[in-house]
Amino acid sequence: MNTAIALTAFKTIVIKEINRILRIWGQTLVPPAITMTLYFLIFGKLVGSRIGEMGGHRYMEFIVPGLIMMSVIQNAYGNVVSSFFGSKFGRYVEELLVSPTPNIVILAGYVAGGVLRGVMVGGIVLLVSLFFTDLSIAHPFVMLGSVFLAAVLFSLAGFVNAVYAKKFDDISIIPTFILTPLTYLGGVFYSISLLPGFWRELSLLNPIVYTVNAFRYGVLGESDVSIPLAFGIMLLAIVVLGAYCLHLLARGTGLRS
Amino acid sequence: MPALATVQLRKTYGTKVEALKGIDLSVEEGDFFALLGPNGAGKSTLIGIAASLVRPTSGDVRIFGKSVVTERSAAVAELGLVPQEFNFNQFEKPFEILVNQAGYYGVPRKLARERAEQYLNQLQLWDKREVASRTLSGGMKRRLMIARAMMHSPRLLILDEPTAGVDIEIRRSMWVYLKEINRAGTTVILTTHYLEEAENLCRHIAIIDHGRVIENTTMKGLLGTLDRETFVFDLTHPLYELPALEGLSAQRIDDHTLEIEVARGTELNGLFVRLTEAGIGVRSMRNKANRLEELFVRLLGQEAA
Repeated sequence: MNTAIALTAFKTIVIKEINRILRIWGQTLVPPAITMTLYFLIFGKLVGSRIGEMGGHRYMEFIVPGLIMMSVIQNAYGNVVSSFFGSKFGRYVEELLVSPTPNIVILAGYVAGGVLRGVMVGGIVLLVSLFFTDLSIAHPFVMLGSVFLAAVLFSLAGFVNAVYAKKFDDISIIPTFILTPLTYLGGVFYSISLLPGFWRELSLLNPIVYTVNAFRYGVLGESDVSIPLAFGIMLLAIVVLGAYCLHLLARGTGLRS
Repeated sequence: MPALATVQLRKTYGTKVEALKGIDLSVEEGDFFALLGPNGAGKSTLIGIAASLVRPTSGDVRIFGKSVVTERSAAVAELGLVPQEFNFNQFEKPFEILVNQAGYYGVPRKLARERAEQYLNQLQLWDKREVASRTLSGGMKRRLMIARAMMHSPRLLILDEPTAGVDIEIRRSMWVYLKEINRAGTTVILTTHYLEEAENLCRHIAIIDHGRVIENTTMKGLLGTLDRETFVFDLTHPLYELPALEGLSAQRIDDHTLEIEVARGTELNGLFVRLTEAGIGVRSMRNKANRLEELFVRLLGQEAA
């Protein structure tokens, strides 16, 4: 398949994903806005006003970047896992599998869909946050770069989940029992520098710590971890997971018998 | 160069279920080919391998000379598939489904829209282009899958039971459409349980049973092996008891229907004389359908024996 044909196939998957996100906007775009508004109200306004400063910033300012990144991660993951598993469950993934579309284009298309939803929801949450606090962006490129890499990384993770999933329960187990706890323990609501030695060291094994802190550095100019290290870890994880996804597609795991 | 050729194609699911046991088939370009067999014979596995949804255990499928195993993209680019099960997104609209499918084959969006309009019109679905496809009737869904398979102008079209559950009027309109696209140059391979359909449409036929090809010939040649045929007579007066018709294999079906089996090529004038002598009046007569069905059952019976 030549480049122009591959590009058309890629664009087709992306358009299809955007149409899906917009068609079911009540499931894809609205819930994160409502949930995050509640987080801002309860944790930022009510509880946060009694906490005082965190990492040198008002508590509301501190949690805004974390909550935006949390939305990006959950929605990038959620979009790919539900869309790709849905296509397997409804068997319309076969439309792609019988076509000459290369595996890397299939993967790139679904990841692009995940990134777009992550960015859309992140943008909505950012707008909501402006009702609660003023934000000035300290390092715009770091902010955008970290959003992009985190969205790619968790879209790939969602893809792996979707490939292995056999029933709808399988696509909610990982988000419920792994992704959400890791997000809550990933420094969204607190600085990991507050943790005692062992727990702080343990937190550094959590990849979400690096995504949240890279983004927080982009917005507030503050981070608990080294920014080059955070970007290095995200890039490495993307390479490893991307290669694994391509391996699964080449083997036809869960897709071809 | 054959449109489709399988070479010693084998597929074993797990370690035990041998779905294909070394299939060698060749379908010439421009042919209308019937692939028949009972449920579980291996037809869908063979089609799945051709479409790259199923991996062969050994052997190969070549589409216009290109191997599905080693040149997958080039091979499947020539193939349009209409599967047995509905496999489109039921929440998407028919127009959207067609345009997207063309996109997966690299057809630019503008051209894809033009083709979608053309095929939706040809298959009488244009009025339904903007409704959720889950609201379409069974026959419409089948036609939608045919339109989808045509969007990248494949040279080979494989249809796995395309008329299953479709009423006779729509089935016949689908036959007309399939004949047209075959006449226009597309090679068509068809599986069906309606043997009348295969007899009506196809020029060549292969019958698969238990993962093996048990017959592979021309439709005419196969039908030519029939040495007896059965006629159904609609009678003018009720026949309550069958009179002695020596030398004739006759069977009373009901008070107004009689079936007589004769050697192929028997002159029928004599038959009418015999019926007249026996006081049996005939209002009309037809050849009992379905000739292919008789052969199919006979071949499967031989295989089982």
